[in-house]
Amino acid sequence: MLLIVIGAASSGLLLQVPDAEAFCGFYVARADVKLYNKSSQVAVVRHDNKTVMSMLNDFEGEMKDFALVVPVPVVLEEGQIHVADKALFEHLDAFSAPRLVEYHDPDPCRVYEAESWGMAKSAAPPMAGALRDERSRALGVTVEAQYTVGEYDIVILSATESGGLETWLIESGYRVPAGARRALQPYIRQGLKFFVARVNLKEQAATGLSWLRPLQFAFESPRFMLPIRLGMANSQGAQDLIVYLMTREGRVETTNYRTIKIPSDVEIPEFALTEFADVYRALFERALAKEGGRAVFTEYAWNMGWCDPCASDPLSSAELRELGVFWLDEANDTRGGAVPVQLTRLHVRYTAETFPEDLVFQETGDRENFQGRYIVRHPWKGEAGECSAARDYFRNLRARQDREAETLAGLTGWDLADIRRKMKLGSRPKSDSWWRKLWGNGG
Amino acid sequence: MSFKDPRLFQIALLGCLLGLGAFFRDFAIRPEQIALAIVSALATQALFIHQLKLKGSINYLSALITAFSLSLLLRADSNWVHPMAACAAIAAKFVIRTGQKHVFNPGNLGVVLALLFLPGSWTSSGQWGQDIAIAAWVFMLGTLVTTKARRGDISWAFLGFFLGIVALRVMILGQKPAVFLHQLTNGSLLLFAFFMISDPMTIPNHPRGRILYAFLVAVLAAVWQYGLFRTNGLIWALFLCSPLVPLIDRWLPAGRYKWIPTGGSNATSHPETVAVDRYRRCVIGAAAPGS
Repeated sequence: MLLIVIGAASSGLLLQVPDAEAFCGFYVARADVKLYNKSSQVAVVRHDNKTVMSMLNDFEGEMKDFALVVPVPVVLEEGQIHVADKALFEHLDAFSAPRLVEYHDPDPCRVYEAESWGMAKSAAPPMAGALRDERSRALGVTVEAQYTVGEYDIVILSATESGGLETWLIESGYRVPAGARRALQPYIRQGLKFFVARVNLKEQAATGLSWLRPLQFAFESPRFMLPIRLGMANSQGAQDLIVYLMTREGRVETTNYRTIKIPSDVEIPEFALTEFADVYRALFERALAKEGGRAVFTEYAWNMGWCDPCASDPLSSAELRELGVFWLDEANDTRGGAVPVQLTRLHVRYTAETFPEDLVFQETGDRENFQGRYIVRHPWKGEAGECSAARDYFRNLRARQDREAETLAGLTGWDLADIRRKMKLGSRPKSDSWWRKLWGNGG
Repeated sequence: MSFKDPRLFQIALLGCLLGLGAFFRDFAIRPEQIALAIVSALATQALFIHQLKLKGSINYLSALITAFSLSLLLRADSNWVHPMAACAAIAAKFVIRTGQKHVFNPGNLGVVLALLFLPGSWTSSGQWGQDIAIAAWVFMLGTLVTTKARRGDISWAFLGFFLGIVALRVMILGQKPAVFLHQLTNGSLLLFAFFMISDPMTIPNHPRGRILYAFLVAVLAAVWQYGLFRTNGLIWALFLCSPLVPLIDRWLPAGRYKWIPTGGSNATSHPETVAVDRYRRCVIGAAAPGS
């Protein structure tokens, strides 16, 4: 018995806090995919109508229950299908996730020397029966091709009507969710084929892995879109989808939904250091609510060759080619300079109501860099009496912390009084009094 | 300058939309890009007015509308795309002409030229979102302009044809009605219908000609978007259909539109037309258009 899964997945709630890495300040944490309960990840490489799509479902059930149905524009040959290393997604996620960075306030009593810049250094990631023809014909379903690739048994189907396809899937042992027929119909009528994959348990056992590796397929088509509607047939509630798009010229956005940048480059209170998962989740939810749930968020848009701060090393040429970046010359080294690959990370939280259509993309000419970046500044640990500059410093510090509290309240919708309590700020400081600076008696 | 000129309303409304978009819709447009577009459009217009010895400040209104349209539609990651597009768009108004009219809608042409030839430029058709309130506003404000301009029939005809095709597609594919609603409330579709295709100077003069033209643009836009899976269907469809306007005008002749009704004066005596035709004969060396 199999379950149709596309886009649905589940994962625990976890925030990864790797070792601090140096840059102008320190990278401390990221809001990666593990943050979301039901999430899936898709990597799309696109140039000149050529598309390479990689799909990773964070599937946690029994392997035998896994099945994936994806509408594809053409019948794929065996060589167009590939199984990739899961580590590619982990690296993409780590590289592009919204990040928390920290700064330490310098000693105000000292003339500060030029700050040294260092490149981030992190460890390189590890690399990641027979069908009844007559019955199929009667149902209007044609098995265009079938292959076993890696641990997957793959069938490429075309169908003339959705009822027949639904019946075919049920008779072939797939557990088809209610509503699938209606969801399948628009794709059939557009003449799309169906890529159906399930796990070959013998092959899976041979891999020795306890997870399913991402499936990849390469095809040529003018369509630059991602079918998300089919996944809604078997999902309850909202699903998170992270799409990594790798293109040649510029940032990618959706043409049929608003694509907006996640609020970024803001200073937030120190306690965010231990609660960054909650902070980012609340921030994302509030930004989405402001858009009535109908927007796609850009979390990262940057050249693949470099980063600042780096949450992880840029992907190597070998990793990019594995993901399908076919235009990258083998001689291109992606480290240390710009490469002809722009990475866009889009975060979509969709429900059947808020996203009535599949995502349609376009590549823009925009090469401006953007990242979701949140800043924590640690106060200087000295005494106010050490010098006059220190007195000014502490006065300004209180004002800054007030601003940080308000910023966080605005971003997350959390209660300002709660935030101030967590920050141990108490009531508004008296140092705000306008007359304190007047005659130099502000101490 | 007369307050009866519908372009004044159009400028005010486009300005409001630009402000709304930039502040509330997260448009990736920078103030300096808008300023440069305006300066470039006005300067190009001034150059041609000087060259052709045209009189009257009223000619600058159209240039301002072009600058606003480009700012609303075009996005760029540098500052030179908007002024270059504005310059080309205004210049084309004086150079690419048939009979008494310019062929291309300047805003439309500016966007197309930028997409074709200027790297780092793009359009963000999804950026208006599906906010029904905004859609309603654009709808109402647009009605005001098209009613003032008295050629609003083309906006309604275009919306009717295009949304008709969308509805038909939704039905044929068996999609949910929400898909149609999603298209209906698309801000950029309404902007196009009320502020771009409605430009009375670049559409057929005869009412039946306008309906035919709206139909052709709608069909081509739908084919572009749903058949060829290409972006900016509306922009490209209008651009590609523009050269048909002189043919439609020849087939269905009618009086040329004037921004301000002047009672007795007829179209051929319009100072801009006379001067431009003289310019074409003397400077460009083109054949004199038949009158």
